[in-house]
Amino acid sequence: MDPIYQALVDIAGEEYVSNQPEELYIYSFDLGTAEPCRPHYVASPKTTKHIQEIVRLANKESIPVVPLGGGLSLAGLAVPLKGGIILDLKRMDTIIEVNEKARYAVLECGVSQGQFTSYLEKHHPHLTHSEPGAPPAATIAGNVAIHGQGDLAQPYGFNSDLVNGLEVVLPTGELCCFGSIAIGAGWFTNHPLPDIGLFLGWSGTTGIITKVSIRLFPAKRIRGIGTFVLEHEDLVPEVIFKLTHTQMAEDIVAYSSAIPPFASELQQITVNISADSEKELEFKQEIIWDDTLGEYISRGDGGYVGFSRTLERPQFSKTSDYKKGGGFEYVGSIMPIDRYPECYRKGREISERHGIPYTVTGRCVGAGHCMMFAWTYAFNRADPESIKQAREALHETDDLVLELGGVIWKPGTYGQKLLLDRLDPGARELMRKIKKLLDPNGIMNPGNWEVA
Amino acid sequence: MPFADFKYADLIHRCFRCGYCKFPVHWEDVNNCPPYARFRMESYSCGGRLWLTRAWLNDQIDWTEHLAEILYSCTTCKNCVVKCPLRFNVDIVNMIVAARGEMVEAGKVPPAVKRFLENIELYGNPYGESKDKRGQWVDGTRVERYHGQEYLYYVGCTGSYDARAQQAARTLATVMIRAGVSFGILGTEENCDGNEVHKLGESGLFEMLAENNIKQFKGIGIQKIVTFSPHAYNVIKNSYNQYGGSFEVFHYTQILQGLIEERKINNLMSFNAKVAFHDPCFLGRWNEEYEAPRAILRAVKEVELIEMDKNRDGALCCGGGGGNFQIDLLGGSENSPARRRVREAHEAGANILAVACPKCLVMLNDAVKSEELGDKLAVMDISEIVAKGCGI
Amino acid sequence: MYTVNFDIEKCLCCETQACLTRCQHLEIDKETAQKEILKIARGEDSFVLHDCVTCYACEEYCPMGNHPFYLIVERQEAFNLPPMPRPLIRRAVNLGVPFRGKPEIEEVHGPVLNMAAFSELMGLIQGRLFEGITVISNDGRKMFHYFCQLMYLHYARSSVIKERLPGIIDTISRHKPTEVICFHDECYGTYTSYCPSVGIEVPFKPIHFYEFLYRRLTELKDTIRPVNVKIAYQRPCSSRLSPDKHHFVQDIFGLAGAVCVEREYVDENALCCAGAIQGQRRAGSRRRAAEIQKKNVKDMKKAGAQVCIFNCPACFQTLGPLVANEGIKPMHMSDLCRLAIGEKPMGWR
Repeated sequence: MDPIYQALVDIAGEEYVSNQPEELYIYSFDLGTAEPCRPHYVASPKTTKHIQEIVRLANKESIPVVPLGGGLSLAGLAVPLKGGIILDLKRMDTIIEVNEKARYAVLECGVSQGQFTSYLEKHHPHLTHSEPGAPPAATIAGNVAIHGQGDLAQPYGFNSDLVNGLEVVLPTGELCCFGSIAIGAGWFTNHPLPDIGLFLGWSGTTGIITKVSIRLFPAKRIRGIGTFVLEHEDLVPEVIFKLTHTQMAEDIVAYSSAIPPFASELQQITVNISADSEKELEFKQEIIWDDTLGEYISRGDGGYVGFSRTLERPQFSKTSDYKKGGGFEYVGSIMPIDRYPECYRKGREISERHGIPYTVTGRCVGAGHCMMFAWTYAFNRADPESIKQAREALHETDDLVLELGGVIWKPGTYGQKLLLDRLDPGARELMRKIKKLLDPNGIMNPGNWEVA
Repeated sequence: MPFADFKYADLIHRCFRCGYCKFPVHWEDVNNCPPYARFRMESYSCGGRLWLTRAWLNDQIDWTEHLAEILYSCTTCKNCVVKCPLRFNVDIVNMIVAARGEMVEAGKVPPAVKRFLENIELYGNPYGESKDKRGQWVDGTRVERYHGQEYLYYVGCTGSYDARAQQAARTLATVMIRAGVSFGILGTEENCDGNEVHKLGESGLFEMLAENNIKQFKGIGIQKIVTFSPHAYNVIKNSYNQYGGSFEVFHYTQILQGLIEERKINNLMSFNAKVAFHDPCFLGRWNEEYEAPRAILRAVKEVELIEMDKNRDGALCCGGGGGNFQIDLLGGSENSPARRRVREAHEAGANILAVACPKCLVMLNDAVKSEELGDKLAVMDISEIVAKGCGI
Repeated sequence: MYTVNFDIEKCLCCETQACLTRCQHLEIDKETAQKEILKIARGEDSFVLHDCVTCYACEEYCPMGNHPFYLIVERQEAFNLPPMPRPLIRRAVNLGVPFRGKPEIEEVHGPVLNMAAFSELMGLIQGRLFEGITVISNDGRKMFHYFCQLMYLHYARSSVIKERLPGIIDTISRHKPTEVICFHDECYGTYTSYCPSVGIEVPFKPIHFYEFLYRRLTELKDTIRPVNVKIAYQRPCSSRLSPDKHHFVQDIFGLAGAVCVEREYVDENALCCAGAIQGQRRAGSRRRAAEIQKKNVKDMKKAGAQVCIFNCPACFQTLGPLVANEGIKPMHMSDLCRLAIGEKPMGWR
């Protein structure tokens, strides 16, 4: 009997550990184009203590550990590049606390977006969280860890900006917490203690988040989505700028896609609006569509499509079936909004060159401070040539992001290298020191953010 | 078999493993796919199963008993069909059944599946019990053999052989007699309906069962059938017509609902209880009948009908479908779907968990015992609730 | 080249100029009306071309059958005065482009029910009323091969209609139908009003959906149990193109045992759903549309309607939530008919 396997079984229980070919096969894959890499073991812990023990075991045996949440980053961030133990964290799915007055929630790392949306709608209908466009099986903690953005990004920022605190298992097995909880004052604030930035955006290479406290926001009675259409991509930045000035909108997303035809070569801008009364709704609609966007409408440059009162949550995506092939991957970037027109034009070019119907999206973050701009490439999983085309398009797009003055968001190893090569030497050296300090044996998701 | 010959070769790669299929209709948790709820490993999720199946059919991974168990752990509850947002969703369970057919064809199935199918072939039931015992449940009742009555009362294997299910089968018969329904049974001449055989991928055996049953039914002039089990309801109503068997098929709750509307069952006595109804998959998601059982419960005075969060097309399967009632790949844990379900009913405030399927009855009854909820929650068949309301 | 068969002599002889004097959205006296319609007829600019909200009503009001609305749309296109902003026009034009392969054509040699661009609404044509009828355009991926295109009247794009419509008619004809029952009222209007007006031949016999429903209900008369609900009817813009079939609304209500409430905005005075108005370029269009909708729904509520029957799925999508908000149940006519014969409509509990 394999002693590491036995040790894992002793920690997590026989039913929650596997070294069988079927589990190793499934867990070797990211859902995007990343090449699979086989782990040696899969373990599904239930408690923080399990994780600590597994991490200590991994240090003792010099075996990598790869934390896995929903597995929907589509950047290969949980592909075990050097084998090791995949920690499937989704069994840790308890919603620990929702504090209505201070508007925050404390969640275990495996709580999914869908589960949490449903829970709030049932038990705390006046509260909502910033829900990303990922499928509802994505985890809250995983999304925060990759600096995700949700449908409240425009007023409130990245999901990682909305963190009040973390509980983390360090790569050497110690348990730490950050934020006000660290002094036993509850989970209500991140500041003003020393910040927790060592665990967000690091692709699980500096520790494993076991609990997260996130900020919640008012959920109004009426929540809907309005759509505005522009012909010229050059107008998108100024329209978004004006919309953010109104302070009346929630999510603002601009997108264009070859399929379906009605979206092709046009820029659709969706604007989420919420209100507690018809009066409030009409007031906001008047400011947005009539006062702010009216000039575009009367010039004939922009069109108001309509406002629907049903805001679909969790959000649905059918992008994976565009090529009837069960696959897609995207390059996400954090980009100045005024680069939207070029992002769109160059993105179309790359897509068309690789025979992929183009799909681009830009989500406004903050008061027009930046946007998450994504280029999506669908592929047919049964066609290796289609996967190759998508992979090439993705790498070209990673290069494009930097060319256009943006930052690659949640990069895979290809993008990580591009960023590291450009990184300020002082920052790069600090990253190296942090990793060395926290993870002396190099067991945490190795192959990612490897600073030479 | 070359992969290209697999019936769903052009569809099976389209699963993105987005995970919608793990959730119920209203997204409460990720525990609505019974094998995933039980094991919480991606290999046991619907998407994992499809990817592994494709890998096996493409010779990327070898057959193992573990792989076969993963494939056979699916209870064919159709939660994935309801939840998958993509166009091929209608074929998800069909793909699993077809893949099982490949394993059957290759002679590579888990031992419990092999035993199940052998018992059907030899004894006409999965228990391996003698046919003579099939009609014993009627002892002490006034139930008659079919001889031209309006309905055939088709009981099925579970109702005929399982002690707890027999009680409910008997009770239903008594209620129908009291209400003046004209029916008869086949008794020892009754044979397995084949629903589970079909879902286990043994299409040849299923065809034989269906054709024999159809020949038998037609031979004695049966036109209308009321089934005790939704499994029989599903297969006779939806699959027998391919083999020339066209009958008017009802699940018993539809008959009871009609009898209540016509006041042939009336003045149901008060029966103070908080009742949650568990939607059986083969009545609910498979045949979209959610209301007949509820209408019956609402007709019983002082019964408070409670809805669990996961109800109707969002119900959590008891884990008994797809042959798992006998094969039992999902038992033995507090995460077993049946145990999760009874905990749900208890948390919803019910003191009775009403069912309309003999497999659900037995699965959930056992789960109540495992959860030590015996003094707080009783599992009752709808027929038993009606009988109690009638003072039977 | 197809052009609207408009006869200026008819306008000169007209005593009422009802096309413009009865317009619900423009205040026009008789003298102004005569001046403006003649300007339009002669190919000159008119404020009507700028301010028309495209409700189609003047097609019905015209006592001469002279197609004033179709002419207005042609002039709007010629003068480049589309009521909609360019992106919305482009979006709409692209919407009608089929992009998922060609439909499979099976010859029927019998009556067909054409779902046109509403293949996703097969749930509305279930049950005994529709037993035995062959449905064409039942695949959402191919439905734009059956799309009648008349929607582009709202976008001043008669050219798109004329370019695409012959191909659509050809696709339908290849099914060899004896009759084509038009699920969507606008399809019926296209083949019986628009096509003759511009000289496009229609080689099949269009049947109005309500005529079909009435016929079937009559055949199933013995199974009808009166529904006993108070109903308001949302008359769509396209109904103005087939006023001779409008009586079937009341005929069906009568058979089904539904009581039509007495309200102001009915029949020739009906208000459109304003779905095509809210995005128009003219300043204040969004609010204008909202006011029309509010007036319409308030009228239904005041008259005591319990149910609002919709003809057109687009009206249903636009007004449905608004009527539901007022406690009035939105419903399609075919579902009402199913209720009347004791069936449960699809998706209902």
